[in-house]
Amino acid sequence: MAPILDIQNLVKNYGAVEILKNINVAIEPGDFLVLVGPSGCGKSTLLNCIAGLEPISGGTIAIGGRDMTHVSPKDRDIAMVFQSYALYPTMSVAKNITFGMKVRGVDAETQAQKLAEVAKQLQIEALLDRRPGQLSGGQRQRVAMGRALVRDPKLFLFDEPLSNLDAKLRVEMRSEIKKLHQNLGATMVYVTHDQIEAMTLATKIVVLKGGVVQQIGTPAEIYNRPANLFVADFMGSPAMNLIPVKARKNGAGMKIEIARQGAEPLVLHDTRVAELPEDVILGLRPEDIAEAGYRAGENVQTADCLIDMVEPAGADTYVVSHLGGKQVTARLHAETVAAPGQMLGLAFDLGKVSYFAPQTGERLN
Amino acid sequence: MTDLGFPQSQGRNWGHVALRCLLFLLLGLFALFYLMPLFVMVTTSLKSLEEIRTGSLVAFPRDVTFEAWRTAWSGACTGIQCEGLRPYFWNSVILAIPAVLISTLIGALNGYVISQWKFRGANLIFSLMLFGCFIPFQVVLLPMARMLGLMGLAGTIPGLIFVHVIYGIGFTTLFFRNYYVTIPAELVKAAKVDGAGFFRIFWSIFLPLSLPIIVVTVIWQFTQIWNDFLFGVSFSQAGTQPVTVALNNIVNSTTGVKEYNVDMAAAIIAALPTLFVYVVAGNYFIRGLTAGSVKG
Repeated sequence: MAPILDIQNLVKNYGAVEILKNINVAIEPGDFLVLVGPSGCGKSTLLNCIAGLEPISGGTIAIGGRDMTHVSPKDRDIAMVFQSYALYPTMSVAKNITFGMKVRGVDAETQAQKLAEVAKQLQIEALLDRRPGQLSGGQRQRVAMGRALVRDPKLFLFDEPLSNLDAKLRVEMRSEIKKLHQNLGATMVYVTHDQIEAMTLATKIVVLKGGVVQQIGTPAEIYNRPANLFVADFMGSPAMNLIPVKARKNGAGMKIEIARQGAEPLVLHDTRVAELPEDVILGLRPEDIAEAGYRAGENVQTADCLIDMVEPAGADTYVVSHLGGKQVTARLHAETVAAPGQMLGLAFDLGKVSYFAPQTGERLN
Repeated sequence: MTDLGFPQSQGRNWGHVALRCLLFLLLGLFALFYLMPLFVMVTTSLKSLEEIRTGSLVAFPRDVTFEAWRTAWSGACTGIQCEGLRPYFWNSVILAIPAVLISTLIGALNGYVISQWKFRGANLIFSLMLFGCFIPFQVVLLPMARMLGLMGLAGTIPGLIFVHVIYGIGFTTLFFRNYYVTIPAELVKAAKVDGAGFFRIFWSIFLPLSLPIIVVTVIWQFTQIWNDFLFGVSFSQAGTQPVTVALNNIVNSTTGVKEYNVDMAAAIIAALPTLFVYVVAGNYFIRGLTAGSVKG
């Protein structure tokens, strides 16, 4: 299938400042693309470029197989939901939703019919005569979605739509957006700085930093095989443990030495990699360090570690140990008996490990 | 501090009441002082000349007569003509209304562009317009007279409208720009995605939002233009003079007995429209603010 959105070599400058550098992304119909990154990474600018609200300095944007690089926003067959919702304050909810159709000269009968459909879908029928000022945050959010849905566009664009909601409502709306995506089979591009939102919603994630694409992939790829240290650290909560280690050749595999304060180095054997430089950074997610005996498999290796801190979090208990000069978090089951100052056997699942070059930050395995 | 007894707080209450009384007394005195000239104007305009000559300045009129008002409106002499204020009053009306409307509309458009459709140099242009607000009237008199002459508008009411519109744009732009700059830019973006263009967004989204600032601008501009004397006296000729100029002529060109009652009535007539606009629109302004549903 032809990509529904195809961005090639996109460059965006503000004067001499490069905001976006050589972006290449393509998605298929039905994809949910999430642009994620820390604030100031250019993700919202990229979305505005896709919408045509910002002119681009180089490259091309094609939507639905048509080159849209120099087409105005209204002709791109897109709909957009904004962070502040951007509802028209003096218009009723119904007028807000039908404004676009009115501008495009859709006849009144079709307008009313589409309005009714969307209002039913979003359960905002009771609100149609109200003004945006009389709505709660969640209701405004729905109206903003309604304004986008009523267009039935090729591409939905979301600019951090949930960041103004409180935590509980955010989770609710998140699953509603997901449901909407599944029911409509629509193609969506979604900007967020929240990596959990990115993981839960996306079929494809683009991680951006400083206007440069760090990695493009499915949530699982990004989570399990981060392309560099930045992605490894940014995605996942608590963050991936990144431990400086010494690697030495040992038969067919590698011997991994992790320095420990006041004790013998912790030694692990990884038989899955054949070649590593001497200094590497080992990345292991907290859930890949378990209590000894709770994780089995050929790549699991156990070692006794001194526990510095125990953080019960309800469903899990996080224990922190000091390895290789870093705090290393392990995610254990809730009933663990770990106590600070005591030794505890931890199982390291080397099947899930990532290695990074300390200087470049690039992935090595 | 911790054990404030009952009697003590009672004492404080008395002090409080006394202070209140003093405050109201003082405010009442100030109000009386401030209203005194108006009182004198109104009572004097209702007296006959005879009574003015013989009675006290602050006394109530013995026989109320509206003769002075009639004279001021349609009989008083400005120089050689004796038509009263009436023709000049209408001059002011047909001068002030278009000038207020045009300058408000241009100000709204300017403010909209400068705050929401930023272009290179937008801030510079805005600063220059602000600068225009602080240029004294006297400085522009000669260049403006030359300008009006070249445009063939010298001594006409359209010429005066032109002058007031030009001079008002600085202020109206300032008002609207400061109002629109608080409106999030995403609103324009959303409307653009919805397919609306420059004027559609202005007309359907920004103007309906602007009621409070429109009222402020109209009050300001109407007061300025109606009360203007300098431009009126400089750029008009017999027959096109605004009411302020005519008032001056009535007061200054009488011969023989000074008709204080006519002067006072004329002054009140000339001041009534601004008072009227303020009372009507000012009330609307407060309602617009307290409705509170303006912001999204």
